[in-house]
Amino acid sequence: MNEETLQALGAKIAAALPGAVTGTEIQHGELVVRTTREGLLQTLTVLRDDAGCRFTQLVDVTAVDWPSKAERFEVNYMLLSVSKNLRARVKVTTDEDTPVPSCVPLFPAAGWYERETWDMFGVFFAGHPDLRRILTDYGFEGHPLRKDFPLTGYVEVRYDDEQKRVVYEPVKLTQDFRAFDFMSPWEAMTDVQLPGDEKAVIPLGASLRDGSVKK
Amino acid sequence: MANPVESQIKPYTMNFGPQHPAAHGVLRLVLEMDGEIVERADPHIGLLHRGTEKLIEYKTYIQAMPYFDRLDYVSPMSEEHSFVLAAEKLLGITPPKRAQHIRVLFAELTRILNHLLNVTTFAMDVGALTPALWGFEERELLMEFYERVSGARMHANYFRVGGVHQDLPAGMLDDIEAYAAKFEKFVDDVEGLLTANRIFKQRLVDIGIVSGDEALAWGFTGPVLRASGIPWDLRKAQPYDTYAEYDFDVAIGKTGDCYARYLVRVEEMRQSNRIVQQAIAKLRQTPGPIKVDDRKIAPPPRGDMKRSMESLIHHFKLYTEGYHVPAGETYTATESPKGEFGVYLVSDGTNRPYRCKIRPTGIAHLQGVDFMSRGHMLADAVAIIGSIDVVFGEIDR
Repeated sequence: MNEETLQALGAKIAAALPGAVTGTEIQHGELVVRTTREGLLQTLTVLRDDAGCRFTQLVDVTAVDWPSKAERFEVNYMLLSVSKNLRARVKVTTDEDTPVPSCVPLFPAAGWYERETWDMFGVFFAGHPDLRRILTDYGFEGHPLRKDFPLTGYVEVRYDDEQKRVVYEPVKLTQDFRAFDFMSPWEAMTDVQLPGDEKAVIPLGASLRDGSVKK
Repeated sequence: MANPVESQIKPYTMNFGPQHPAAHGVLRLVLEMDGEIVERADPHIGLLHRGTEKLIEYKTYIQAMPYFDRLDYVSPMSEEHSFVLAAEKLLGITPPKRAQHIRVLFAELTRILNHLLNVTTFAMDVGALTPALWGFEERELLMEFYERVSGARMHANYFRVGGVHQDLPAGMLDDIEAYAAKFEKFVDDVEGLLTANRIFKQRLVDIGIVSGDEALAWGFTGPVLRASGIPWDLRKAQPYDTYAEYDFDVAIGKTGDCYARYLVRVEEMRQSNRIVQQAIAKLRQTPGPIKVDDRKIAPPPRGDMKRSMESLIHHFKLYTEGYHVPAGETYTATESPKGEFGVYLVSDGTNRPYRCKIRPTGIAHLQGVDFMSRGHMLADAVAIIGSIDVVFGEIDR
């Protein structure tokens, strides 16, 4: 899989689907196809059936949460072509309320992947035959992989010996949850001039440690 | 004439698991039965959900490693493999040759470890107890290798971004070689018990047939896909580390039933053994470092830290702050013993993954249990679950 092949394939896909595909790019040697919600099913159909693509296998569906963006969820479809030995990733964005069309009619494997994405992020898939929660507890509330869902969750369970059953209670932390920010403040100060800094400025023409000359 | 109301048998629902020895862990299978025939199977998963993906978002890349051992606890190092390759891709580093050979060696030992458990417990599911007893004894020997190289029998945490944690201890290659020389005989013995066994074949042949097209459409990978006649192996098709230098065959099945899946796994154990033997030879010829020579990613040797202030600082920074991975994203997959195990890693330039989606192998196979077991008897559903090799650590994450 060299980059030129993927680039050519990306250009071909974009040309075949004007309007549906909004862009293609190569990231770390992987083909990324961006599309819209309306054009998603058309794009996936072409990728699956086109003789030059043959992405017959849907390997995974997942989402990434970017809360600062207008459409915060980026839904990713990982595709694999066994006959052409290629991989592609189809991306579509959405927010909490807008449904994404379900691709179960195209790939039966998508059933559980979309259920998981719904469970974890709350991305709604329109037309999914059986959109239940899959990994979380029966009766769970919230979507745990959203960035605004706390790591500790909201409820905890324990077995209550008096009631002879498992009871749900709000999470009690004996120690506050600590998250360390390792973005160093010193690295951010490199372009700030403090009094006395001018003395440390290396004069032009001085020879540096690696043998070069300051320009 | 019989009363039509009396002669009609209502389909009834049956709970299979989560506490059932043939459920392979914590599978709760809701079966709609028509007498003894399965009409619909609805697996309920998530009983072992621990929020691994969420936890990894709050950990540095080094701290995220041990979670991968605990996903598929039957093949720990194969899971680590996908993660280190993904992180290395984002960092743009390549580990030294020796480290890559060590990883291949242990990935293949892990494959044997996994298939030993699956093949033998699968036999136990359908009534044969002896292979399981033999297999667990062999697995113990392999876990000893795990322990010698990493200090832990199962949760090794041995692979590192940029190489492996330590070099192999002295004499270990000789011991693995001695093991590999005897292993072929062991596979013959297990095959002698099972492959031509009449009861075993009665339980497996023509059960849960999956055609090649069905296997692709349902996202099957690994031995389950190959048993349906699709010659697809990521080690050959998209080689990672030094797999391209190894000589091995990809086993494929013809019939796509439970028996074919068993045969593929047995042959894969033999092929893995071949790779192990080649890796030992290659490792003897490849001395050298076992991790990248970049102090911002790999820790300094212990001896240096006692003498060099800079090494001490590097060590401290590495184990508190970790390393910052350039922003970007990648989907990297390896051929784990169960199939394609992928990691979709998104970095935002900090020292923690922004998103780490783990693509488990078993979830696709378990989803297929419904169409595979329809029309079969209840006991066949047990054989089907055994043949797709599910481990709930990775399915539930």
